[in-house]
Amino acid sequence: MSDLMKVSSNPHVRSKATTSNIMLCVIIALLPAAGFGVWHFGFRALMHIAITVASCVFFELLYELMMKKKVTVQDLSAVVTGLLLAMNLPVSAPWWIGIVGGAFAIIIVKMLFGGLGQNFMNPALGARCFLLISFASVMTNFDYDTVSGPTPLAQLRAGGLETNTVLDMIFGNTQGTIGETSMVALVIGACFLILMGIIDLRIPGSYIISFVAFLVLFGENHLDMGYISAQVAGGGLMLGAFFMATDYVTRPITKKGQYVYGIFLGVMTGIFRLFGASPEGVSYAIILGNLLVPLIEKITMPKPFGRGGERA
Amino acid sequence: MGKLTFHGGVHPYDGKELSKDKPMKAVLPKGDLVYPLSQHIGAPATPIVKTGDHVLTGQKIAEAGGYVSAPIYATVSGTVKAIEPRRVATGGMVESIIIENDGNYDEVVYEKPEPLSELSKEEIVSLVREAGVVGMGGAGFPTHVKLSPKEPDKIDFCIVNCAECEPYLTSDYRRMLEEPEKVIGGLKVMLALFDHAKGILAVEDNKPDCIAKLKRLTINEPRIMVKSLKTKYPQGAERQLIYASTRRAIDSKRLPADAGCIVDNVDTVVAIYQAVVEGKPLMHRIVTVTGDAIADPRNFIVRIGTNYHELVEEAGGFQKEPVKIVSGGPMMGFGIFDLDIPTTKTASALLCMTRDDVSRWEPSACINCGRCVEACPGRVVPSHLADYAEQGDEEAFVSHNGMECCECGCCSFVCPAKRPLTQSIKSMRKMVLAKKKK
Repeated sequence: MSDLMKVSSNPHVRSKATTSNIMLCVIIALLPAAGFGVWHFGFRALMHIAITVASCVFFELLYELMMKKKVTVQDLSAVVTGLLLAMNLPVSAPWWIGIVGGAFAIIIVKMLFGGLGQNFMNPALGARCFLLISFASVMTNFDYDTVSGPTPLAQLRAGGLETNTVLDMIFGNTQGTIGETSMVALVIGACFLILMGIIDLRIPGSYIISFVAFLVLFGENHLDMGYISAQVAGGGLMLGAFFMATDYVTRPITKKGQYVYGIFLGVMTGIFRLFGASPEGVSYAIILGNLLVPLIEKITMPKPFGRGGERA
Repeated sequence: MGKLTFHGGVHPYDGKELSKDKPMKAVLPKGDLVYPLSQHIGAPATPIVKTGDHVLTGQKIAEAGGYVSAPIYATVSGTVKAIEPRRVATGGMVESIIIENDGNYDEVVYEKPEPLSELSKEEIVSLVREAGVVGMGGAGFPTHVKLSPKEPDKIDFCIVNCAECEPYLTSDYRRMLEEPEKVIGGLKVMLALFDHAKGILAVEDNKPDCIAKLKRLTINEPRIMVKSLKTKYPQGAERQLIYASTRRAIDSKRLPADAGCIVDNVDTVVAIYQAVVEGKPLMHRIVTVTGDAIADPRNFIVRIGTNYHELVEEAGGFQKEPVKIVSGGPMMGFGIFDLDIPTTKTASALLCMTRDDVSRWEPSACINCGRCVEACPGRVVPSHLADYAEQGDEEAFVSHNGMECCECGCCSFVCPAKRPLTQSIKSMRKMVLAKKKK
């Protein structure tokens, strides 16, 4: 009893949740969709995932060692970024794309802005958009021997579903990026995250509902259920809504702001998909949404307890 | 209808099973007793004894130092050994009266007051004031001040805070179970002061036995009701308690009386009872001595001034090496360096843990997960407030409602990055308050 006890300011207990636990859960939640991608597209998809994850972890480590900063790769956030980026790549892409993408995601989008928690854009999406702009032909070329044909959204653009049914899209038996095709696998992962209390339905729910509402109001086919389900299940919406729009760092922290953000993403995705140059629109919508987060947070500051906030 | 509760809050491991079935047991102090002159909010008490004086149990040794202050009574008989600064649970050195216990416990003869029905309101308040009663839940606000609101006619509810939402604490639980008539009696004294008020005994629903007992005992009391609240920390925080039991909400700028409420915790209400009905000053309190380092966790009736060492000994000593000792509960209590600390009027527990969660993890970068926002009962954004506090941006801190924080600790508890959010916010609030005073 001669030693002095540890003292600290209250509270003296902490919950078990840690950043790395949360990241690990996200990785686990992404596995069904990633696994499906590997099964669907073949070994090359697995190689893409391995390369991209390794690249993200490597560049984070490299940057931190070179800048003599504390090494933080053990928080697993770089693994999440790598996995998400790989799931956003077409399987036909060349090997170097994951390395370049990983470097851009980690060094430019994340570390230069101060590392984990400081980036204002989702690193994986930032990198995807960078790759889409810089290497457009490579990133939109889905021609690969295991699965052929245009993506469902491209088919819709061209006039209607030719090679796929909506059921194909739900199970993932379509063309697309490595991790986006199977709605079932993505939803299983999302349910896991919801059960673990890591994400909730505020953003994905308002995103998907407002996107559907936008299609009904402004789409040519209005209430055609086939068209709407193809738009919901056939592209990057599920991956985007459940795994990228919910990225903690780049979404509003206020509850009301999360609804505003979700609705904004739904509307923007609708505009891009219906009136844009490309059949896809999820990535650009989320990136744009990321940029508006400070503004959304500012206008959705909660009212404190005793000034109306107690009922929220 | 949903359960009576508030928005936010957390569910930490509650540890109450360690001590909840242990009846209250009186502890007789062996060594010196230490009475800090400042064990309440407001002006320190002024000593009215000097070194060498002989005092009796129940004798006043310090007079209230002003209106917002409280007198202090000797809890043993003996000799005043010194009046000097001593270390207290909050960490500082406070001028204290030290009494050498002669072991005889010679007690003064208490003057039994008139029956409650004969007493005027002024007499009741002055009995409470004379007895040195302060908020014993932790804040230590002098109770007579609370009982003297500007407009007593506007008080609609006298609420007894029986929530005991802090993990590990079972002192209020035992009191309600073993001496419920004193709790109800104290509430009746409060109701005698406010003609239009109803009494509420607000209990968390993890204490169904207390709820049943209190309900049975108040069945013929039209002015008293027992309300069962959802078990959640910080259900017993004053503003959250008022909201859960009356649906009235006040911000930090208003007092409970502005919402027509007076709130006092269980031990305080018992002290009111003893002061007004029995004519006895505040000399004891219930302390839960618990934690995984303690051999035999217990609830003790402790004479104020008793050294913490003696309480640990009474509880069988340490069965394992403690790493962290907290005076009070784990969420809002004070970490202490060692056990050489006196029991004060506000010390509800002595928690000895073999593990320190705080130093176990190093704080890392905020990932903006929003758990603190979800948990905050004050409905502010703790992660942003902590940023402003750390950057010293007082203006942004205040404009983003930083002063609405009640320092309950929920944000730090849930933070996966293990940021000391509460600590940063608390420090900034202290600074802002100190500037306002100037």
